[in-house]
Amino acid sequence: MEDLTGLVDWSRAQFALTAMFHWLFVPLTLGLSVIVAIMETIYYRTRSQKWLAITKFWMLLFAVNFAIGVATGIILEFEFGSNWSNYSWFVGDIFGAPLAIEGLLAFFLEATFGAVMFFGWKKVSPKFHLTATWLTAIGASISALWILVANAWMQYPVGMEFDPAQMRNVMDDFTAVALSPVAIHKFIHSVSSGWILAGVFVTGVSCWFLLKKRNRDMAIRSIKVGASVGLAGMLLTLWSGDSSAVDVARVQPMKLAAMEGLYNGSCGQELVGLALLNPDKTLQNDENPYLFDISIPKGLSLLATHSTDGFVPGINDLINGIEITPEGDTIHTTSYAERITMGKTAHEALRAYGEAQSAGDEAAMAVASQTLKDNYQYFGYGYLESPYDAVPPVGLTFYAFRLMVIIGGFLLLVIAVMAFAAMRRQNWLANKWLLWIGVISIPLVWVCSQAGWVTAEVGRQPWIIQDIMPVQAAISAVSTSTVMISFWAFAVVFTVFLAAEICIMLKQISRGSLTDYDSLSD
Amino acid sequence: MDSLECLQIYWWLLIAVLGAALVFMLFVQGGQSMLLCKRNAPYRPLMIEILGHKWELTFTTLVVFGGAFFASFPLFYSTSFGGAYWLWMLILFSFILQAVSYEFRSKPGNLLGERTYDVFLFINGSVGCVLLGVAVGMMFFGGEFTVAKGNILDGSAPVISQWSSTHGLEAIFCWKNLIFGFAVLFLARTMALLYFVNCAHGKDEKKFASSQRGAVLVNGAIFVVLFLAFLFVLLTSQGVEAVDGSYCQVEYKYLDNFLSMWWVTMVFLLGVIAVLWGILSTVLSDKSRNGIWWAGIGAAAVVVSLFCVAGYNGTAYYPSLIDVNSSLTIHNSSSSLFTLRVMTWVSIVTPFVLGYIAYVWKKMR
Repeated sequence: MEDLTGLVDWSRAQFALTAMFHWLFVPLTLGLSVIVAIMETIYYRTRSQKWLAITKFWMLLFAVNFAIGVATGIILEFEFGSNWSNYSWFVGDIFGAPLAIEGLLAFFLEATFGAVMFFGWKKVSPKFHLTATWLTAIGASISALWILVANAWMQYPVGMEFDPAQMRNVMDDFTAVALSPVAIHKFIHSVSSGWILAGVFVTGVSCWFLLKKRNRDMAIRSIKVGASVGLAGMLLTLWSGDSSAVDVARVQPMKLAAMEGLYNGSCGQELVGLALLNPDKTLQNDENPYLFDISIPKGLSLLATHSTDGFVPGINDLINGIEITPEGDTIHTTSYAERITMGKTAHEALRAYGEAQSAGDEAAMAVASQTLKDNYQYFGYGYLESPYDAVPPVGLTFYAFRLMVIIGGFLLLVIAVMAFAAMRRQNWLANKWLLWIGVISIPLVWVCSQAGWVTAEVGRQPWIIQDIMPVQAAISAVSTSTVMISFWAFAVVFTVFLAAEICIMLKQISRGSLTDYDSLSD
Repeated sequence: MDSLECLQIYWWLLIAVLGAALVFMLFVQGGQSMLLCKRNAPYRPLMIEILGHKWELTFTTLVVFGGAFFASFPLFYSTSFGGAYWLWMLILFSFILQAVSYEFRSKPGNLLGERTYDVFLFINGSVGCVLLGVAVGMMFFGGEFTVAKGNILDGSAPVISQWSSTHGLEAIFCWKNLIFGFAVLFLARTMALLYFVNCAHGKDEKKFASSQRGAVLVNGAIFVVLFLAFLFVLLTSQGVEAVDGSYCQVEYKYLDNFLSMWWVTMVFLLGVIAVLWGILSTVLSDKSRNGIWWAGIGAAAVVVSLFCVAGYNGTAYYPSLIDVNSSLTIHNSSSSLFTLRVMTWVSIVTPFVLGYIAYVWKKMR
């Protein structure tokens, strides 16, 4: 194949483009569906026409966003086959199941009851409509669950074994795949981040109404629901973020090291709060990784190991296979050079197995199978040339993580203040600067959300399946130019549709669909 | 038959049923392909209103069809999607256009104007149907690929499924696939017309129903001609037979399959009769409004039987045109016994899913 590196890079770029566009719309769908369902529940209980008008207003924005989320979602599913066809065969036995379950259990629920939610106001009873709205929200979350089960499995492959006769991995424990702690934490973290995003969106738009002195009552009611959901999401995100940090430290320590720009770890490792990375720092030199940093003593050890004196390995420690025990003794684990050797041994064993199988030599097959089994945990390293190939892009991972945490902290403050103001101190909402902060938070929450995914996905490079398969072994046999063309086609189409969605939303918001709101009964 | 073989047969049947559901729901696309006709200009808002409540179901069925194929026959997913790249990309693009168009077309500030979104819907309705037909046509008429699992160990070119350099464009220009593709398009258009007749029963909609009824005959006749042409080509074509791990080309393989599996032939014939009855009853009687159900269920039965003919009786459902031994069968391309078992347990919810879809469909009429 010509230009394997170029093909891999363009295939990655195309998947990243699609995933990032998809993730612009999905969190809003996840969160707004819950917010709209709560608003409709209030309407159902109070029969207040004002709450009905509020529900319909946000539902309209939800519908505009929902369609484009669906459109970008199907591409991701198909791209596993079109651009990562080797991956699709190598682990399709495990990875395909969550996707199929998602379709059967979640998509039909969303599509069927979503239609009732959007078009059924006059066709079904209020109770049935409310049920449909909640089922749409639940369907969206079930959909997220199975996608995140699939994603978590790529980062923490469990419940499988390698079948040399078929040259692929096969599932042997569905429960381990579906209930993996990484999957559960990812699900809670991602869905609750959707609640935050939608909460900030509703609050921000409502702040804009207050700035324009329009729909004041509607805006305050919306902030009450939106900010409350956002705050609940924030608390869940903090909890699941902590659990995810422990997961990453345990199953993807290299990602954690990259997130921290940590080259040489220690016991009682500090957590970098704010820093500027030194551009001269490379894997091979001893330069200080930071030009400046503000760090929290022992913070990373506490975060990653829940002990202030826990050892957190850096990039060099992992490459060299060095770990420090709680007693302070240095022990040697499997270095990356050794992993590469074991990976290549596994490849050789698999090759030998195939030859023995063709020759009908069962004794040789048994020997090769055992060798393969002994070395399989590092199978993916067999594709690497150097230990440094297993290090993700440190700068991007480091800054993306900081961006997520810093903006997330800011949003926690904003949403807590807004919720408090809407419920207890409504005169605060007359402060223009506070309202502007609410409006400015809208783009920031999207940056935060995207930064989270960049951290998760860039930080796990080069692995498409942690330790088992690097991206270069997962691709399809298409030419680089083919993928380039489809990449730019997607980029143009997505950009146009994103611009259209933003224009429609802005128009809907600026039109002030609730002009007759004040005359409605409460 | 061992358990694995049973589950492979079961999952191929489920794929066939999902494919049948997709073809039934393609009436949405068929309707879209007629949106730009001058004759339909006065009725365009009504057509959009009718189709707009169902597009998500078609879209979802396509996604589930893809997901189920991935989970149950991953080697097909890997080989076809990664190989016939342009075919699948074009299908994808056409469906992306559809997903946003219904929601955006009439909204103020939609950037491109209502007409552009209607053109998008037309593209999805016409090109999408033909290309889906082409993709399914390859299950009979083959693709230019090879499969070598040992390639996974080749560091410089580690891809097991390799395709010709045209990456699916050759399939789009294969006349056999195109016949099937256009047959699917005209079936979808016919079913859309029948669905319009079924839905348009208000006082103001009589004229619309009458005009759609008139178009059923033309579209139905074109469909029948194309379908007969496809059937003739299929029954006289070679197929790939797999016996004890070896593969060979067999003359009249699909004809033989119809003759060997009498129950498949029965389902096929009943399906054809139902489709014809759906068309004729609507054309011949002004009072008949249930043609969509006859034609839709009949089309679904025909699709199920075609999938059975493609995959059962030792037939390779994805024949390779350049290396017969690379052809895919339901046995050499399926997931493991464990995964198929898990998926089979999950598939138990299918009747429940169908139940609530039918319930909501009825409620929303």
